[in-house]
Amino acid sequence: MTTTREFGVVGKPLARVDAVTKVTGRAIYADDMLLPRTLHCRILRSPHPHARILSIDTSAARRIPGVQAVITGADLPIKFGILPVTQDERALEHEKVRYVGDPIAAVAAIEEEIAAAAIDAISVEYEVLDPVMSIEDALAAPRDERIQDYGGPNNIHKLVALEFGDVDAGFERADHIREDVFFFQGNTHLPMEQHSAIATYVDGRITLWSSTQVVHYVHRALAKVLELPMNRIRVIGAAHGGGFGGKTDPFAHEIIVCKLAMMTGRPVKCTLTREEVFYAHRGRHPVLMWVRTGATRDGQITAMHFRTALDGGAYGSYGVASTFYTGALQTVTYDIPAYRFEGCRVFTNKPPCGPKRGHGTPQPRFALELNLEKISHELGIDPVDLKQRNFVKPMTRTVNWLRVTSCGLDECTERVMTASNYRRRERRPGHGMGFAISSYLSGAGTAIYWNDMPHSEVQIKVDRGGVTAYCGAMDIGQGSDSVLAMIVAEELGLQPADVRLVTADTDTTPIDLGSYSSRVTFMAGNAAIEAARKMRGMVVEAAAAKMGCDTSAVEVRGGRIGDFTFEEASVLAEARFGTLTSAGSYTPPKLAGPYKGSGVGPSPAYSYSACVVDLDADARTGLVHVNKIWIAHDVGRAINPLLVEGQVEGSVYMGLGEALMEEQAFRKGLHKWPSMLEYKSPTFVDMPEVETFIVETDDPEGPYGAKEAGQGPLLPVPPAVCSAVYDALGVWIDEVPVTPEKIVEALRRKEKGEPGRFGPTRFPAIPYPPTIKVEPPPRDLPSAAPAAI
Amino acid sequence: MKQEVLREVQRVVLNLDVNGERAELLLPVHKTLLEVLREDMQLTGTKHGCELGECGTCTVLVDGRPELSCLLLPIQLEGRAITTVEGLASGSELHPLQQAFAETGAAQCGYCTPGILLAAKSLLESNARPSRDEIREALAGNLCRCTGYAKILDAIELAAGRMA
Amino acid sequence: MLRLPRFKYLRPKTATEAARMAAEFGPRAMFVAGGTDLFPKLKRRQFEVEALIGLDFLPRQIHGGSTDCVVDAGVTLAAASSDNHLIESFAGYAEASGQVSSPPLRNAGTVGGNLCVDTRCNYYDMTYEWRKAAGFCMKKDGDICLVAPSSPRCWAVSSSDTAPMAIALDGVVSLTGPDGERELPVSALYRDDGMDYMAKQPTEVITSLRLPADSATRTAYVKLRRRGSIDFPIAGAAVALQFEGDTVMRCRIVLSAVASYPLEATAAEEFLKGRKVDAETIRETADIAAKPAKPLDNADLSHFWRKRMVRVVVEQALQRATTRNQGSTVKLLGRQPD
Ligand SMILES: Cc1cc2nc3c(=O)[nH]c(=O)nc-3n(C[C@H](O)[C@H](O)[C@H](O)COP(=O)(O)OP(=O)(O)OC[C@H]3O[C@@H](n4cnc5c(N)ncnc54)[C@H](O)[C@@H]3O)c2cc1C
Ligand code: SF4
Ligand code: FES
Ligand code: FES
Repeated sequence: MTTTREFGVVGKPLARVDAVTKVTGRAIYADDMLLPRTLHCRILRSPHPHARILSIDTSAARRIPGVQAVITGADLPIKFGILPVTQDERALEHEKVRYVGDPIAAVAAIEEEIAAAAIDAISVEYEVLDPVMSIEDALAAPRDERIQDYGGPNNIHKLVALEFGDVDAGFERADHIREDVFFFQGNTHLPMEQHSAIATYVDGRITLWSSTQVVHYVHRALAKVLELPMNRIRVIGAAHGGGFGGKTDPFAHEIIVCKLAMMTGRPVKCTLTREEVFYAHRGRHPVLMWVRTGATRDGQITAMHFRTALDGGAYGSYGVASTFYTGALQTVTYDIPAYRFEGCRVFTNKPPCGPKRGHGTPQPRFALELNLEKISHELGIDPVDLKQRNFVKPMTRTVNWLRVTSCGLDECTERVMTASNYRRRERRPGHGMGFAISSYLSGAGTAIYWNDMPHSEVQIKVDRGGVTAYCGAMDIGQGSDSVLAMIVAEELGLQPADVRLVTADTDTTPIDLGSYSSRVTFMAGNAAIEAARKMRGMVVEAAAAKMGCDTSAVEVRGGRIGDFTFEEASVLAEARFGTLTSAGSYTPPKLAGPYKGSGVGPSPAYSYSACVVDLDADARTGLVHVNKIWIAHDVGRAINPLLVEGQVEGSVYMGLGEALMEEQAFRKGLHKWPSMLEYKSPTFVDMPEVETFIVETDDPEGPYGAKEAGQGPLLPVPPAVCSAVYDALGVWIDEVPVTPEKIVEALRRKEKGEPGRFGPTRFPAIPYPPTIKVEPPPRDLPSAAPAAI
Repeated sequence: MKQEVLREVQRVVLNLDVNGERAELLLPVHKTLLEVLREDMQLTGTKHGCELGECGTCTVLVDGRPELSCLLLPIQLEGRAITTVEGLASGSELHPLQQAFAETGAAQCGYCTPGILLAAKSLLESNARPSRDEIREALAGNLCRCTGYAKILDAIELAAGRMA
Repeated sequence: MLRLPRFKYLRPKTATEAARMAAEFGPRAMFVAGGTDLFPKLKRRQFEVEALIGLDFLPRQIHGGSTDCVVDAGVTLAAASSDNHLIESFAGYAEASGQVSSPPLRNAGTVGGNLCVDTRCNYYDMTYEWRKAAGFCMKKDGDICLVAPSSPRCWAVSSSDTAPMAIALDGVVSLTGPDGERELPVSALYRDDGMDYMAKQPTEVITSLRLPADSATRTAYVKLRRRGSIDFPIAGAAVALQFEGDTVMRCRIVLSAVASYPLEATAAEEFLKGRKVDAETIRETADIAAKPAKPLDNADLSHFWRKRMVRVVVEQALQRATTRNQGSTVKLLGRQPD
């Protein structure tokens, strides 16, 4: 619909709208704020992974000079949680703690060091319970008691079992069947900015500035726990120092500072320490996976059976969604005619897991890519060929009812194949190359809580030529503010700098469901187009009237509306229509299939990526040196190529960290290394050159054809690394991170004549419920599409 | 254990030279430069990610060389020239590094940016046309979680070219 | 934000004055030079002090002479790693200084402080809150060892990058105590004890490090760590060799991060002396050197793998020392500067 159009600003590599603010150090992050009389808050956290709280004595803390308020769970007893079905968290726990780091009490004091001393002076009596620290442990009967009092049996949180098409028949049709078990270790977001929030309470109203990805969800949780109407609470997203999914839940400290501000009548600030950020977590679930795939002799997939077991940590968080996600997107890259998915999430006494870049999908992607790779070796087919033969086609529906519109898999694959010279790669000992692909959502098709309202809304106000766009979306560094400005500018014939932005403020901006699930460009972008086109209609109509011509004869470009400057035209329009405002909104098409759980997976469009990793691996030491990574990403259309490349490169970086070193590890019930020194994040010298290719497929529903870029390109990196290690040394490392010791061990086994592999050997017995059989949709899109596209 | 907070605070009057401006401040001796910049001088451009010397976010220049402000005491810095991100631009004109970071998209969330800009400034002063590997070595103490470092390398090369 | 505890900051003008202050305060005071080791540990409450004695007065010169080179204790690691005299005559020492942590840290961390860096353990180098949750260990506030619970001693790991090299080079430190000065070989500066790891008196200030010059000495330091920067060593080898013709006349091999003190591989040194260096002898020497290393499960990656890697770092250090200046380069572990 827009392919042939000439763009004014879309597609140009423009600087971000907040670039100067950021490079001059003038962006105000939450911890930079210090309102007059601000009190400082510190939180007492559980030293036990699992315990009942018998008593809490805060009297010594209260006696310390400078302490203004001390609160415990009794002050904030109402439970909250991101999903309506799992309202299982308290801002402060006074009955039971479920992981080392669970918040118990909080202090507001005139100085941070006084608050820190005061929490140390609080004494808590515990009845220590047996901790549950692994998936196996959680599946067994608890030795003391269950971690949560819902879910089950034992410490199981959620079970799902779905079948699409006739899987048994599919396996019967197969010439070759292969089963594998994989493990993807948990890891965390590690944003450079530690979470921070500051609240004031004046005249019966709370204002909270926070480092959050979703002001709206924080707003809802505050209203619930503080028992205040939403109109008494204002949540503002401060400049954001990195999220990656880690700031998408409402957090205890956000609620605590509000409560303390209400009690003390002074502003209260809480900035988590780095250690506390590790406890706030909500990061990548550790997932154990079992996959069984059937294929014909020439490599055509006939059926797949996929099982996952997620280690969820102590609370629900987004876990129900995460569980479905581990089974949802296998089908949007490969055409799988019959598919069975069984998923299980368990509770353990660890910080809760949740959404991290790629939410629930990098783990199955890892398993899927490697499983297919192994099948191709057994069938004697080149892995790239085998995968390509099974690529989904554009404009189809998958067996599990997901609607695929644009799909650039073939082009992405060709780009990285050609650039990396993969097919004619150098063969020398210890050198290897690996290939993998992936896909991700451009926003979830359904909201976290059921409602029929739009997912994103944008308002535009024009006044004396000044354009202001209002939107609830939060720029977390990905550049969503810049995208909004570019879209509004594009439609009004202006430059992004001409557009003032007001975003992420629940008082002044209309709703947007926030920066997660790669939804902002797609959803807020479409809402912005609608609002801006309405505004354009008004200024054009006013200009046409004055020019005495038809509206179609009024050209909108280069800061001009027909014969007038934009400012002149806007004055004409205001005289004609009164106050110039317009609004647009976006509601995704109803895409969910006819089954329970179908809300997770559908997206108005999917992005696609392909990746090649080139590395040297040393057989003696197991040390891996990545030489280069090529990545091609189908983003539909790059509204700003600079931002897209930045998202792709950042995703590759994070994927490489997960593949090689990042690990949320536990020892004796404690996080083993909650510090930036011991939790290994790749430095400048650990990062290879990355060559990025942007592929544009012009999605029919995306704004100007655009899709997501911020998460998908992470996914192919871990499997591509493992496939390159196999290429180099002939051993499979079936779990991440790929540490040198695992490689050495796999080689040792191979030398002894055992399978040359490192990874889990078995998948536990899980009491999955009876499988729900779902009739697949007609596979060609026109006959299946509910939304006209 | 943490009751040292009840101890008396030793305060000293210090003369600090920050971004060419002299400031006379009465400061507790145990406050780090990071805390003093952010809390006593309202220079919040200097950020922090660990306060333990592990991430490089808090990097400032001391006599032109990058150091970690979370591990420095102002009492050790009298007579030394301290530069923070606020001291990079001249008036409203950006430093070429700032300009290049803005143009290339080297700042995403922008949280690591102040520290990296300063480390890069120091590098370019001793090595006007560094290779990509030399830039990597010089910045190896500064973590960034957003960019994958690629655009930062591009930006520094761009600025070096323009400054030469 | 993690903050320092309240303390007094004392500013002596000389080493003697500093030593006397230390004597007066006893364990309630500590010296501070660059603070890059001490400040993180104070923020984590691994030490409790009432006063810090600033060593800002320490000179910061490198005096290269014909018989030896004297490096003032206040010289920063960055200055040591880029000093031309050190690079030419004591390449391994410059190399070790240049591999400590990261560039901004090396601009503050000093040569003297690096010799005194506290022993490390990942049950100990944690915040106060973490250690309280884990249960305190005997190195601070507790009475057992969490790594080896049945052990009566602490096994925290000596993690200095420059100390092994200083020992391999026969380095000598000058110490100033409350009652006078003395010299001590760096090899005698340490004890095999994770807690009480320094053999000098706590009141003694290191004022300089003297490296005896011998132009025939070939040196190298090879460090193993997970990332190319920031990380402490998880194994390392410092070697210094002297040849007569092709034959090794003198040989020192000192390991970092495998014991509570820089571990000298004496048996390997004996083995190599009088031999010609080739691939085979290097392999055998490295095998012997690795034997006494007993890494425990208190540092990054598994101790089995680290143990296995000791041999590799020794081999690479020997190769690097013997081939340096011969145009050939040894491909080192991971990403390291050549
Ligand atoms: C993230 C991080 C990574 C690190 N990585 C490494 C690494 O890879 N390799 C490594 O070796 N070190 C590493 N360190 C430790 C430390 O930074 C260095 O060892 C540094 O050289 C210490 O020097 P300093 O001057 O800062 O010592 P300080 O912190 O000032 O002092 C350290 C100790 O030595 C004592 N001391 C200092 N100077 C003297 C003196 N002249 N006489 C007597 N006593 C003295 C102090 O009382 C204190 O006990 C790292 C530190 C951090 C925070
Ligand atoms: S080795 Fe044992 S005693 Fe020593 S620091 Fe570690 S846990 Fe504590
Ligand atoms: S804040 Fe991380 S190094 Fe200073
Ligand atoms: S830009 Fe976000 S951490 Fe570097």
